[in-house]
Amino acid sequence: MIQRMIKATINGFAVSVPAGTTIYEAALGVHTKVPTLCKHDDLDPTGACGMCVVKVAGSGKMPRACTTPIEDGMDIITHDGELNEIRRTVLELILSTHPNECQTCGRNGDCELQTLAGEFGIREEGFKRMIKDIPSDHSNGSIVIDFVKCIKCGRCVQVCQEMQDVSALSFLQRGIDTRMAPAGDILLADSPCIKCGQCAAHCPTGAIVENDETSTVWAALRDPEKYCTVQIAPSVRVALGEEFGYEPGTNLTKKIYQVARRLGFKAVFDTNFSADLTIMEEATEFVQRFVHGKGPLPLITSCCPAWTDYMEKYHHDFLDNFSTAKSPQQMLGVMAKTYYCEQMGIDPATHYQVSIMPCTAKKYELERTDEMFASGHQDVDVVLTTREFARMIKQSGIDFINLPDGESDSILGDYSGAGTIFGATGGVMEAAVRTAYYFVTGENMPDEAINIQPVRGLKGVKEAELEIAGNKIRVAVAHGMANVGKVLNRVRKAREAGEELPYHFIEVMACPGGCIGGGGQPYGINDEVRRKRITGLYEDDRDRLLRCSHDNPEIQRVYAEFLGAPLSERAHKLLHVTYKARQVYLK
Amino acid sequence: MKKFTSCSDLAKYRTEQKLAVSEVRVGLDTGGLAAGAGEILGIIKEGVAEADLPVVVRRTGSLGLAYADPVVVVKQEGGPELMYGEVDSGVAQRIVSDHLGKGELIQDHVIATRNRATEFDDRPTTAILIKDTGVNGGDRSKFFQASFEQEVEISTLDPKVPILRALDMGIYDEGLCVQLLPSGVTYSNVLSPDIRRIISESLQNGRVIDELLVKDPDPQVRIVLRRCGQVDPENLGDVLAHGGYAALESVLSGMSPDDVIEEMKTAGLRGRGGAGFPTWRKWKLTREVEADQRYVICNADEGDPGAFMDRSVLEGDPHAVLEGLILAAYSIGASKGYFYIRAEYPLAVARIRRAIQEARVAGLLGDNILGSGFSFDAKVRLGAGAFVCGEETALIASIEGKRGSPSPRPPYPSVRGLWGKPTSINNVETLAAVSPIIENGGEWYAGYGTEQSRGTKVFAVTGKVKNAQLVEIPMGVSIRTIVYDICGGVLDDEDIKAVQTGGPSGGVIPEKHLDTEISYESLSELGSIMGSGGMLVMDEYDSMVDVARFYLKFSVEESCGKCAPCRVGGYQMQQLLDKIFRGRGKVEDLGSLRKICRAMQTASLCGLGQTAPNPVLSTLRYFEDEYQAFIEGGSAYARKMRKQLAEAGEQAG
Amino acid sequence: MTTASLQYPITDPETATIEVSKYVDKWRDQEGNLIMILHDIQDEYGYVPREISMELARDLEVSLARIYEVITFYNYFKLVPPGKHNVTVCTGTACYLKGSANVLSEMETQLGIREGETTEDREFRLETVRCIGCCGMSPALTADGKTHGRVRSSDVTEILAGLKKEGNGK
Repeated sequence: MIQRMIKATINGFAVSVPAGTTIYEAALGVHTKVPTLCKHDDLDPTGACGMCVVKVAGSGKMPRACTTPIEDGMDIITHDGELNEIRRTVLELILSTHPNECQTCGRNGDCELQTLAGEFGIREEGFKRMIKDIPSDHSNGSIVIDFVKCIKCGRCVQVCQEMQDVSALSFLQRGIDTRMAPAGDILLADSPCIKCGQCAAHCPTGAIVENDETSTVWAALRDPEKYCTVQIAPSVRVALGEEFGYEPGTNLTKKIYQVARRLGFKAVFDTNFSADLTIMEEATEFVQRFVHGKGPLPLITSCCPAWTDYMEKYHHDFLDNFSTAKSPQQMLGVMAKTYYCEQMGIDPATHYQVSIMPCTAKKYELERTDEMFASGHQDVDVVLTTREFARMIKQSGIDFINLPDGESDSILGDYSGAGTIFGATGGVMEAAVRTAYYFVTGENMPDEAINIQPVRGLKGVKEAELEIAGNKIRVAVAHGMANVGKVLNRVRKAREAGEELPYHFIEVMACPGGCIGGGGQPYGINDEVRRKRITGLYEDDRDRLLRCSHDNPEIQRVYAEFLGAPLSERAHKLLHVTYKARQVYLK
Repeated sequence: MKKFTSCSDLAKYRTEQKLAVSEVRVGLDTGGLAAGAGEILGIIKEGVAEADLPVVVRRTGSLGLAYADPVVVVKQEGGPELMYGEVDSGVAQRIVSDHLGKGELIQDHVIATRNRATEFDDRPTTAILIKDTGVNGGDRSKFFQASFEQEVEISTLDPKVPILRALDMGIYDEGLCVQLLPSGVTYSNVLSPDIRRIISESLQNGRVIDELLVKDPDPQVRIVLRRCGQVDPENLGDVLAHGGYAALESVLSGMSPDDVIEEMKTAGLRGRGGAGFPTWRKWKLTREVEADQRYVICNADEGDPGAFMDRSVLEGDPHAVLEGLILAAYSIGASKGYFYIRAEYPLAVARIRRAIQEARVAGLLGDNILGSGFSFDAKVRLGAGAFVCGEETALIASIEGKRGSPSPRPPYPSVRGLWGKPTSINNVETLAAVSPIIENGGEWYAGYGTEQSRGTKVFAVTGKVKNAQLVEIPMGVSIRTIVYDICGGVLDDEDIKAVQTGGPSGGVIPEKHLDTEISYESLSELGSIMGSGGMLVMDEYDSMVDVARFYLKFSVEESCGKCAPCRVGGYQMQQLLDKIFRGRGKVEDLGSLRKICRAMQTASLCGLGQTAPNPVLSTLRYFEDEYQAFIEGGSAYARKMRKQLAEAGEQAG
Repeated sequence: MTTASLQYPITDPETATIEVSKYVDKWRDQEGNLIMILHDIQDEYGYVPREISMELARDLEVSLARIYEVITFYNYFKLVPPGKHNVTVCTGTACYLKGSANVLSEMETQLGIREGETTEDREFRLETVRCIGCCGMSPALTADGKTHGRVRSSDVTEILAGLKKEGNGK
């Protein structure tokens, strides 16, 4: 289909763009960026802030560049004295309802509102400041909402309702009384919130931030009684660098190991190791169910705690389909406080396990059930998001950029390519299939098939039909909670009609893009950033000698020495969980 | 009511209907009911039944004469159709006993007709209405009446003609006026010596006295309001007998949708909700979008405070609006339609619901209307107290069960509207004008009004005006004509300061511009807008700063809150205005006000925010001195003004 | 709706289930039904009880977030029970010009509450509305459903006394 091309002028420059292109997008094509505030690449523009108004010759109206499609013959001015004056007034109005507390705010230095005010050179308060007196919400443990900083851009509500289909956040009342609040005007902890943190990741101000626990970790590191260890998630290594000026996707694994040691952690583990461990358990589970019929299909991955929360609340007819394998974070924690402590002669009561995650829901996962204390102690003590970890590094005085490479610990530190791709959507599925193939056939997948392309990429729902020893396995990968419903409904329909299952194995990640797009990652997420981070992980996979979890010698050792075999009694006790239906609203 | 299965079926029914020869109609709209019209209807019905009179007593809609509620119309064979105003239970009983029983009209309650004749027909004069329409104190009506009665007594007239004081003559400031019934010949500026002449020439010889004759016809042309006060809004049969659905009949028996749109184009009807977008074009644009479903919506969310035009039409002639909606649907190719009615209008909701029911039963709504193959059905959806839902995209969001926040346009509702389908949203008044256009032709309609603003507009005139009422005038009539010639001038004969049009989206028009001919363009040039038709009269005691504050407060309370320029801008403006009004304002505050106004006008997402600054800008334009007075006068001046306004409020009305 | 039929707050979820289906069934297959259902509930109870909202969310498969977004956006829907007597002062333009602000202020003084509030003993609720369309008789107000026209602030005492005497409001 040939796209109709539109010819117009922007600031005197001719543009020729496909029909449907907005004025904003067309302006980017001539190196002009119209100022925006509420706009976000992930979301449909709503026209809430009013910053992007532009002039169109021949019309007295000033349309919004972010929503208005460019039309033939339009003669547009994006910047002039009057537009600047109007935008400035709008910004001053927004600032007049925002507290003047940058220095003590969690977004200091990395805030879209702050940046915009800086660009406009705001030097004085144009209007009387009107700040409402609303207490902030700390109830949730993962996310903190400071309502008075909210500028009503609407991103978080759109994200929570449309992108994540959770509807924990909403706008209540109207006019100047409009406020963002958890659904039904309750505390976030009592709401359907799944703690995915996408609201925080999209918020342009300090209204929604992660629950900052860096001071807790500092205190632990400085406590001589504590033996502090750290685990680093796959997604952290390709995103942490962004906080220091690196391109998204730059793999800084070894630097991170080094800085972790310099910070004072006695051991540096890699969550990729326990990702391999998860695969061992989960692939075995899959083979048990698929080949030997020992459990219902489809098998659904459960390493994403936002997803398990969502499932327990809304899809408890699938409780038995969940993989009982714990997430890599939790597996590593329990292994650290049992196997590692045994090996190293450390008293597990003194072992303080810190987990660096791209994810805010991981903070919730720590105490999700009693099974998170399988080691006899809290298996993982605290979670820091990538953003918090970056702040710690900046506070520490360590010159991160110029650090030499370091190494992880040899126990619980080495990983295969399959482990590292956990951070990408489709990665868990791919990793699991590689090992399931081996379990069924006794051989590794041939080189040309080991990169399972159909499950890679940013499409909301990816489907593939794979063949293992003559068995056709249908898999689905969904990311972004709104895409999950479609997949599950297809299964439900088939169940009711008594038809063949559309899928045998489903991977679900709450955050679009997978964990690399997590709620705790550096700000500025969009599909381009996601792709870069994902590429970073797949390159890490490609460059590794060992591509499959079962080939990881440390994994083999752990089973030989400690766990016995996947799904053994010990494995079950330490590495598996149960699920139960939960109430959506606690109030 | 039977079901009509074809156009000829309907036509035949219509020819068989006869209108009642003698009837009493009581105006039962919300305003009338609040004034007690319900009881009045009951009293008259009882009285007529007891006296066993062959008179039909029924309800009707509002005649628009809000100042005179309750209003009763009496029609008798051979007699004129008479309106009575301010009818209390006593007057109601006398209507039965005196007027119906003995043919005696009731003093001080007749509202003279404005359909004045300029010559006599062959009916003899049977009653004379008089009134002193002059302004300056002292009502000479009684004296004049006495003189007239004396003259009649001593004349050779037989039978003697009764002289009655009217409640309202419809003429103002033209001295003593006289109207002869049943002809309707009216004389003004009558002096005592003229009485004899009137008796001999007009009463005895049926000749008109040219020098005294009121020749100028009433400027009003009732097109939208044509049946309000005539038909029983809760009786389809009565509506059909009065010519209802004749347009639908002619359209379905031989006009294509494009023919209808063409006729509408010739007529030049523009959206009467205030935006003034050509109706034919909206229909055409909606029709042209390929879709499996289209919708039409009647926007009955009349939210402007002080406007009651739409309410009166919905309550008085719901079938006119319904017919217009059906014709709109036909032209656009929509099979489903909605009335979005504000919940604060329960009577309008009830009457529209009933009209829909009746139309369905009669086969005028539903599948295969009148056997034409065209199917269309309408439902009612309520608003819930949000003025912003009068804005098209917010209205759509409201029906869809969401917060009434507007969406960016384009895409316009005609392309992607209700549930993503092409939708045409039209105002009540616009729709009520459609069937007369079809019945009489687009050219006929275009014959009224000005070049760019064709046709008529209904205005609800309220405030410091003597006779608050609904007025329907062709575009081009001046504001002064409306206020003085039709509505009787300013309350207590104070000096007029300004007239506000367009409600919270409009501006003030100062006295010096009152001769401006009304049109979309002229009002816009003056810094106001046509709006939905609210027209507020203000006198010397009204503070322009307070009026701006009032309208701005309304806009701030009704703002949906989605976009920052309106949500915060309106609020900050309100703070500044309150500050000025309390006497704590500074000169710089005017600059800040103007700055915010500009930002709101250009950067607000919808019409509410874009036009909320209008009252402020327009009062600044014409009455900046009032703002300055507050700024210079400080708290002392502010206190004085507040006291003055409170007192004036207590005294007025 | 008589005050006697108001049951608030609803603490029994079982009853809530039965109540809600009564409204939802009527509108279930109709498009654009949320506001219509809320109107029915508001008319019946004088407000929208939380339990009913939750049940509605379940029954209609609409998020509670959406239901509260809608309830708190539109003036008509209340989250707190009404008073025994309800006074609504019209603050439309014509009424304002003719002094409805004085009437409102007198009401506020005599009742001891601001507009939009209910007295502590739940006897009276005071609201404002923008234009009930009785501009010919401004200033106007409705008290327990009855419209009063040409109201002066001096009439307030009598109006309130009349309400108290009548007992239950409509």
